[in-house]
Amino acid sequence: MWLFNSSIGRKLVMSITGFALVLFITFHGCMNVVALISGEAYNTICALLGSNWYAIAATMGLAALVAIHIIYAFILTIQNRKARGSNKYAVTDKPEKVEWASQNMLVLGIIICLGLLLHLFNFWYNMMFAEIIGAEGLKYGPADGFNWIKETFSNPVFSILYIIWLIAIWFHLTHGMWSSMQTLGLSGHVWFKRWKCIGQVWSTVIMALFLIVVLGFWLFPDAVGKCDFKLLPFAVG
Amino acid sequence: MAKNLNVTIKFWKQNGPKDKGHFETHDLKNIPDDTSFLEALDIMNEELIAAGKEPFVFDHDCREGICGMCSLYINGTPHGKTERGATTCQLYMRRFKNGETITVEPWRSAGFPVIKDCMVDRSAFDKIIQAGGYTTVRTGAPQDANAILIPKQDADEAMDCASCIGCGACVAACKNGSAMLFVSSKVSQLALLPQGRPEAAKRAKAMVAKMDELGFGNCTNTRACEAVCPKCETIANIARLNREFIKAKLAD
Amino acid sequence: MAIKIDSKIPEGPVAEKWSNYKAHQRLVNPKNKLKLDVIVVGTGLAGASAAASLAEMGFNVLNFCIQDSPRRAHSIAAQGGINAAKNYQNDGDSVYRLFYDTVKGGDYRAREANVYRLAEVSNNIIDQCVAQGVPFAREYGGTLANRSFGGAQVSRTFYAKGQTGQQLLLGAYSALSAQVQAGKVKLYTRYEMEDVVIVDGKARGIIAKNLVSGKLERFSANAVVIATGGYGNTYFLSTNAMGCNCTAAVQCYRKGAYMANPSYVQIHPTCIPVHGDKQSKLTLMSESLRNDGRIWVPKKIEDAKALQAGTKEGWEIPEEDRDYYLERRYPAFGNLVPRDVASRAAKERCDKGFGVNNTGLAVFLDFSESINRLGLDAMKQRYGNLFDMYEEITDVYPGDLANEINGVKYYKPMMIYPAIHYTMGGVWVDYELQTSIPGLFAIGECNFSDHGANRLGASALMQGLADGYFVLPYTIQNYLADQSLWPRVSTDLPEFAETEKAVDAELTRLLNIKGKRSVDSIHKELGHIMWEYVGMGRTAEGLKTGIQKMKELQKEFDTNLFVPGTKEGLNVELDKAVHLRDFFTMGELVAHDALSRNESCGGHFREEYQTEEGEAKRDDANFFYVGCWEYKGADKDPELIKEPLEYEAIKVQTRNYKN
Repeated sequence: MWLFNSSIGRKLVMSITGFALVLFITFHGCMNVVALISGEAYNTICALLGSNWYAIAATMGLAALVAIHIIYAFILTIQNRKARGSNKYAVTDKPEKVEWASQNMLVLGIIICLGLLLHLFNFWYNMMFAEIIGAEGLKYGPADGFNWIKETFSNPVFSILYIIWLIAIWFHLTHGMWSSMQTLGLSGHVWFKRWKCIGQVWSTVIMALFLIVVLGFWLFPDAVGKCDFKLLPFAVG
Repeated sequence: MAKNLNVTIKFWKQNGPKDKGHFETHDLKNIPDDTSFLEALDIMNEELIAAGKEPFVFDHDCREGICGMCSLYINGTPHGKTERGATTCQLYMRRFKNGETITVEPWRSAGFPVIKDCMVDRSAFDKIIQAGGYTTVRTGAPQDANAILIPKQDADEAMDCASCIGCGACVAACKNGSAMLFVSSKVSQLALLPQGRPEAAKRAKAMVAKMDELGFGNCTNTRACEAVCPKCETIANIARLNREFIKAKLAD
Repeated sequence: MAIKIDSKIPEGPVAEKWSNYKAHQRLVNPKNKLKLDVIVVGTGLAGASAAASLAEMGFNVLNFCIQDSPRRAHSIAAQGGINAAKNYQNDGDSVYRLFYDTVKGGDYRAREANVYRLAEVSNNIIDQCVAQGVPFAREYGGTLANRSFGGAQVSRTFYAKGQTGQQLLLGAYSALSAQVQAGKVKLYTRYEMEDVVIVDGKARGIIAKNLVSGKLERFSANAVVIATGGYGNTYFLSTNAMGCNCTAAVQCYRKGAYMANPSYVQIHPTCIPVHGDKQSKLTLMSESLRNDGRIWVPKKIEDAKALQAGTKEGWEIPEEDRDYYLERRYPAFGNLVPRDVASRAAKERCDKGFGVNNTGLAVFLDFSESINRLGLDAMKQRYGNLFDMYEEITDVYPGDLANEINGVKYYKPMMIYPAIHYTMGGVWVDYELQTSIPGLFAIGECNFSDHGANRLGASALMQGLADGYFVLPYTIQNYLADQSLWPRVSTDLPEFAETEKAVDAELTRLLNIKGKRSVDSIHKELGHIMWEYVGMGRTAEGLKTGIQKMKELQKEFDTNLFVPGTKEGLNVELDKAVHLRDFFTMGELVAHDALSRNESCGGHFREEYQTEEGEAKRDDANFFYVGCWEYKGADKDPELIKEPLEYEAIKVQTRNYKN
């Protein structure tokens, strides 16, 4: 199968899974901002997703994307190391054109994975997972996302770790976004510059959204989420 | 008027692909700065021979920047650092400072095993071209040259792609040992021209398959290749190759 | 003279000879082609195109090159373009005119029939190359663009930026690669032909050295084709690549192939001047620059003195004090006179003291007028890569505005000087491109055939590809038609063993001299002798001195050479020593030929034979022949055999580029 056997096929898989994940975090980032505005509205969304079959299916899909992205990353890296050979240059002078992120995607990726584990432990474990196994005796209910956020970021260690995580994701995306378009072949002399610009803006905006949530809940825990309005007319909770 | 320089050359010695290899150094005195870097190495070799030693081996031929034979990794950059990109043979001593130590290494990549010192085996590039880097046309009497009209813009772009000299600097610079810039330049040249279209899909598949088979790495779009290419090939070629390849595979 | 040379020129009027030949030559049937092996040595334009074409026809081809890849042959460095009589520009071009210009450009010393054939197939070459995907320059309408070149009054030169040779070679290389893939060509890279093997008077194989392992290997075939380029590097400094050598050709000469017209050496007028004694080679600046650049030296000797002292710069000299000597002497062709004329004119000015750099051996090539008229961008479009290359080497950018005098803008000019570039002479071949050894063919620059005493710009590519694509693949069949009856020869024959042994003994001899001097130091000295005595202006006295000095230097080579290392493995110095051994043979031969030719024609200029205006003075009554040299042994002088020239279509006259 060419998606596994050929170098461009493998890169294509990286590109498509990567881009799908970008779409996911874009959605996730937008959703988080709701928590800054109204805790109630945010919890409405959490309840809507809950452990319904479609949310579980989407989560499984997401997990598959992440897994494929990671597995391919390791396969590619191992092959690339082999292609490079065992002899290292004594002196290397990196050209200015070469972005730092582009040469450190795997390292960034590993940092992101570690952050993801932390994130799953902080939220998913307490929310969706708890709901699935019907766990009892937790501090907050599985759909009370607002309070879980508050709880997590009241701990400055977590806040700082999340900020580091966000920075790593930002670097990963600034390269990854245009790179995925390049791999798909949707680039050229003109579109290369455009994709690069779009990628920069996009990843900066999303990461800024995440960042203000972390900062807001960390530094102004009493001010966030106070607006009172029902997000959806058919709210469950 | 030319100024004179004193420099130390730290050069790689390796006796065959199995040998571990090591650096040796040699001091060069009073080299005029309008001497080319390879001429400075000639001087070094003359001095080594005069001392009864074996000369430092490196590939070079036309010394006009077009044959693609010269292939030295100088102070951390393939072909050495110049503003607009040039081959090793077009590097002049005025680029260096008096008293500088210049480190000279071979292209280091699994695809290019060392033959001796800084001479490497790049026959893998020939094999990739043999896999499909051509239009199948017999010598004989094809149609009149002007029967195929090609817009100037396409012809010019194809010419830019065709400027690749096959030196291997792209592979040498790539942290993945990928040959994508080389392969994509040939694929692009022929993809841009009507003569190359009939075999475009077959060509992209065959050349990429051969490249993979020969153990070159996967492109991760770091752009190191285009930064060091002496002929200014760009990764727009790589995007085109990706497009051609994916299109070809989807059509299968 | 006892030996009669048969050039095998077919019957009929010159325009019909090639058609006649093709109609009546013998062919090899497809089944038999599969049984026949052909060795092609060299992968330049001629070698690669011949190997590819022969393989397409069905022959089994063994193709050799000394570089790591066939794509690196020195044809790749040709910049300007390739001529063809397409008449796309509607400026009155025709096959006849290209033929005429080439014969005239060659100072009426080429074989008419060969040149006509060359002009005839020139159009085919362009068609073939375009079909291969060679990205020639085009007009906005999509048709092919042309430029003009020295020695012609029409625009018939097709080009691909300043890299035409590269693109044509890559075209031939791709055709070759397709045949390697098809299994019809077996490619041997980093192999050097050391000798030809003669069995029963016919060339039946070669001894080649694997340059990486150092081992000698035997290869047998039904015919051997050498496409190994010229001998320009005899002069040490030339525009040839460092690896260019004449070993294969000289070994064939030693085995009985005649060497023809060796004294016809082309000195290219537009090269970057020599800058110091450490220089390893000279860099050509394409002749196409003469389309828009004007060549000049100062009118006043004091300006020249100031330039030489470094107290004045070229752009400080106003228009009225400049001597555009080519435009002055040759109003009809101006800066586009043929190369030999332009080179000699530069030498004449510099000899008179008008040189413009510190060595006094340079003239200006100035683009100010064209930049003022067409703009810098237009110039960059045409010559951008050449301007960049010039800057990289000299630190001067020819497009930089430097001065303004009376409202006229002056840009920094290039400095140029003539340098050894191409050798019209070479292995003698008949109309079939077969040498005087049956079964041994020579194509491309390696043979002497088509350029006479001087080659016009953009004709080398034409000849290389004509020989390889369209001539040799036909003519070789006339020879091979018999050979299919012959069994494949074994490399175990005593002839192979003896030849290999002789080659091996030579390598041992060179290694065992164990003297003090490096190959390059002796080669440099040989180059000085050649340039001094056998260069642009030759005299009988000088040539004799040159031969004497060469003999002395050769003694030094034979007794005081030092080659480090051993026969085993890669030994660059040993290979260079072999090349130098043959440069000596070639150098002396050039001098002998020059000495015997008591006239001036094309690239051969004898100072005793010139008109009052300093133009070359030919002597058609006595020297209207091809000078063929037969090897007589290492210690003996070679023997001259004459192949008389016969012109039917063209009236031989004095070359005139003045009006």
